[in-house]
Amino acid sequence: MSLSKRLGKIMPAIVLSPSLAVVTLCVYGFMAYTALLSFTDSKMFARFDFVGWRQYGRLFESPRWIIAIENMAIFGTLYIVCATCLGLFIAILIDQRIRFEGVFRAVFLYPMALSFVVTGVIWQWLLNPGLGLEHMMRELGWTSFTFQWLIEPNRAIYTIVIAGVWQVTGFVMALFLAGLRGVDTEILRAARIDGAPIHKVYTRIIIPALRPAFLTVFVIEAHLAIKSYDLVVALTKGGPGVSTELPSTFMYSMTFTRNELAVGAASATVMLVTLASIIIPYLYSELRHEPTT
Amino acid sequence: MSLQLDAESAAILSPGIDLRISRILGRYFVYGCLVVLAAIFLAPLISMLFTSLKSMDEIRSGNILSFPKALTFEAWQHVWGSACIGVTCGGLKGYFGNSFLIVVPATLISVGFGALNGFVFANWRFRGDHILFGLILFGCFIPLQIVLIPMAGLLGVLHLAGTIPGLVLVHVVYGICFTTMFFRNYFVTIPAEIFKAARIDGAGFWAVFVRILLPISWPIVMVSIIWQFTGVWNDFLFGVSFAAGSSQPVTVALNNLVNTSTGTKAYNEDMAAAMIAALPTIIIYVAAGRYFLRGLMAGAVKG
Amino acid sequence: MKMANLAINHINKSFGNLTVLKDIDIAIEDGEFLVLVGPSGCGKSTLLSIIAGLDDHTSGSITIDGKSVQGLEPKERDIAMVFQSYALYPAMTVEQNIGFSLEMSKMPKPERLERVGKVADLLQIRHLLKRRPGQLSGGQRQRVAMGRALVREPKIFLFDEPLSNLDAKLRVEMRTEIKKLHQRLGATIVYVTHDQIEAMTMATRIAVMKDGILQQFGTPEDIYDRPANVFVATFMGSPPMNLLPAVIVDGSQGLSIQGADAMLPVPFSAVTRAPQGKKVLLGIRPEWLSLASTSTYQPTLDLYVEVVEPTGPDIFVALRLGEREIMGRLPTGSRTRVGEKARFAVDLSKAVLFDAETGIAI
Ligand SMILES: Nc1ncnc2c1ncn2[C@@H]1O[C@H](COP(=O)(O)OP(=O)(O)O)[C@@H](O)[C@H]1O
Ligand SMILES: [Mg+2]
Repeated sequence: MSLSKRLGKIMPAIVLSPSLAVVTLCVYGFMAYTALLSFTDSKMFARFDFVGWRQYGRLFESPRWIIAIENMAIFGTLYIVCATCLGLFIAILIDQRIRFEGVFRAVFLYPMALSFVVTGVIWQWLLNPGLGLEHMMRELGWTSFTFQWLIEPNRAIYTIVIAGVWQVTGFVMALFLAGLRGVDTEILRAARIDGAPIHKVYTRIIIPALRPAFLTVFVIEAHLAIKSYDLVVALTKGGPGVSTELPSTFMYSMTFTRNELAVGAASATVMLVTLASIIIPYLYSELRHEPTT
Repeated sequence: MSLQLDAESAAILSPGIDLRISRILGRYFVYGCLVVLAAIFLAPLISMLFTSLKSMDEIRSGNILSFPKALTFEAWQHVWGSACIGVTCGGLKGYFGNSFLIVVPATLISVGFGALNGFVFANWRFRGDHILFGLILFGCFIPLQIVLIPMAGLLGVLHLAGTIPGLVLVHVVYGICFTTMFFRNYFVTIPAEIFKAARIDGAGFWAVFVRILLPISWPIVMVSIIWQFTGVWNDFLFGVSFAAGSSQPVTVALNNLVNTSTGTKAYNEDMAAAMIAALPTIIIYVAAGRYFLRGLMAGAVKG
Repeated sequence: MKMANLAINHINKSFGNLTVLKDIDIAIEDGEFLVLVGPSGCGKSTLLSIIAGLDDHTSGSITIDGKSVQGLEPKERDIAMVFQSYALYPAMTVEQNIGFSLEMSKMPKPERLERVGKVADLLQIRHLLKRRPGQLSGGQRQRVAMGRALVREPKIFLFDEPLSNLDAKLRVEMRTEIKKLHQRLGATIVYVTHDQIEAMTMATRIAVMKDGILQQFGTPEDIYDRPANVFVATFMGSPPMNLLPAVIVDGSQGLSIQGADAMLPVPFSAVTRAPQGKKVLLGIRPEWLSLASTSTYQPTLDLYVEVVEPTGPDIFVALRLGEREIMGRLPTGSRTRVGEKARFAVDLSKAVLFDAETGIAI
């Protein structure tokens, strides 16, 4: 075999190998490294003196981490439920053969083009107790209106939900809209001719047919929720106090400001495992349906 | 599955007049809801724009949605050129430039590699190819917190810590997973017979890629470029973790400007800064919204 | 024009543990038109890909002009291929599409354009040279795909169901055109189809395949008149060959048709190989039946006419013999009426006997 022919045969491998090397190192190697680190007693620098599960014990005894997890549960649940319901509702409205559909879609989707930091900054302004929404409502005549969630430790987490839902709803709407457009119109016609009222058509035929879309929406939302970091930093800085701490902000401060590298690594590992338990089954089911070409 | 269609088929069965009334009511309901929701969704953007064009006095006297009576670009000028961020007082413009210096190479390199990888994954069958692709796919979805610590170490070893090339590297590494997926999923839809014909015609790897594939790939190239551009531009976590001082991207500078200022908050400046940081991606969204949406949908793995 | 003989020697092919080709053995001479025919999924395209060098085989060998092509890339085998989907390069003009292989072999541009022009004239597509595939009709794309193969002046042409995406009328036209091209160029052609009419009309040799196994290899007349087994008998020909279950009686002289009170003599060609009492299938093509004149010397059957379908040149008649249904094909003008019983002569000199158990011709 000539040299050029042999080169041609292995060209795909040559082309693929830099990326594979990088992904192997920087995704899987780093995952392993971080997981390993979580079993050491590293503080400011990585040191490989293994201490077993001790850092995980410390993690789950830390009140700050517990708050982060509780906030994650509140934020995650509300974020997913609100964005899903609102997104589905808007998708159904847009699917009614309306005029200016493109304009409406663009209006609902644009927040997705913004950085989470920008979103955080905007909502910090809109919800600020002095000059924001409260001020406007009072000016409009509702003098007793108070809205101070941003500075109330028990409420601040909901402002993150509001901003997050505002940002992601358009995307959820688009995913549902694609699903709705895929529903077989023949079946719907038949159902209507059979005399099914319109709400029944939705609850019995269309929404069940959207199951794959629901799954995708859920996975995307869960993924975004668990990774949320920028939004919290920009909107509340985790405060007041640590009242809007999330696992991501916890991990960052442990790692980069508190010199608790191992605890940071342990929290990152918990985040990875949580996310992987959602993503892997999803990817598996998505890929399994692919034809092998 | 439109209301019209449903109403038409229902009209066959029931007396028309009541139905027509409820149909008109239904239309009012649909448009009413949409207009109200659209207004709510637009309000933050409008408020951001209006506020950035007001003086602080007017902000105090007006409300979040009131139109600026005396338009002023002072806030814009100040945050662009002279606001103090960290220890320097040169405004956002340097950081805005940094973001471009990071985004452009990171986008081009990751899209280039993604196109080649996608081509290989779509057209070469080898042992474990599906597993390998699955591993790359999973790389799209990891929480990036898991790589922060070792990546900081690696950048240190490479003497890239705190530099723009370092950030480019990081964005390329984690962008490749997405671009590979985009291109692979696009290329598998191209009929296999085209590649067979090319082989018979004697075209090698690069001839097939450059002459046959690339000329028909511009939609997915657009999608990937826009995805990477917005993703890297909007990044905060990598920027705040790996960039130092004057090499920070605009998102980090924006956060510093807004959240570390002392004294009374200058909301007009905050909004002007947010507008500046948001402008490139908003322009892309307006100019190429179709590709932006396609990228989002493809990023949801759905083909 | 160059041409070559081709030998496919004991080719086996499996994908994992799925065997798709079993011991395929075919050899053709220079300038032959070999048609591989069989139902979808029987391995025709796989065999063609192996000849082209696009796919590896598990065992066996391919020789072109007596030389093994083992390990040669497709471009080194001096072959050209036309695909079912045409596989034109979407971003290139027709001219670039046709000239691409020459460009890849670094032929200088003036010479290349001349070759492309000649082929375009041959196929009457010169006016399309500057267009892109998206701007062409199905028939035009088909021609471009042929042009891409012709321009290489290969030793062997490979066609993979090239006409199956055309409408019926165009398909017949192109069939004739490809046949003319073959006669004009004298090239060696391997042509894959699942359409038995295409096979019959175009081939000088037919290889009938099923489930990865070669059923019969021969001239169209062999295949049609002397099918090797029941599968070939029914797959080739439309309407298919009638198969009547029968038992050999009278010391190997007579055939007792099962499910009907009828007797026929054993076809002469099979007498020595059909022992008394053997269960067989009697194969009769529809056109081997004719309305019997009073003076016929051929054996006859009295059949009940159930359906009459004039098609223009022929009349198809569905006939009944006891429990058995028989299709007949009569010339236009034959006088038959539904519901009547008529006497039909059977051309037993052509009839074929199959072993009822194995399905193999006796
Ligand atoms: N790459 C492949 N991997 C696995 N099985 C294949 C592959 N290509 C073809 N087959 C199988 O081989 C058989 C023959 O396919 P093919 O040659 O395309 O049939 P035909 O062209 O006669 O319709 C089919 O059962 C098909 O499913
Ligand atoms: Mg085939």
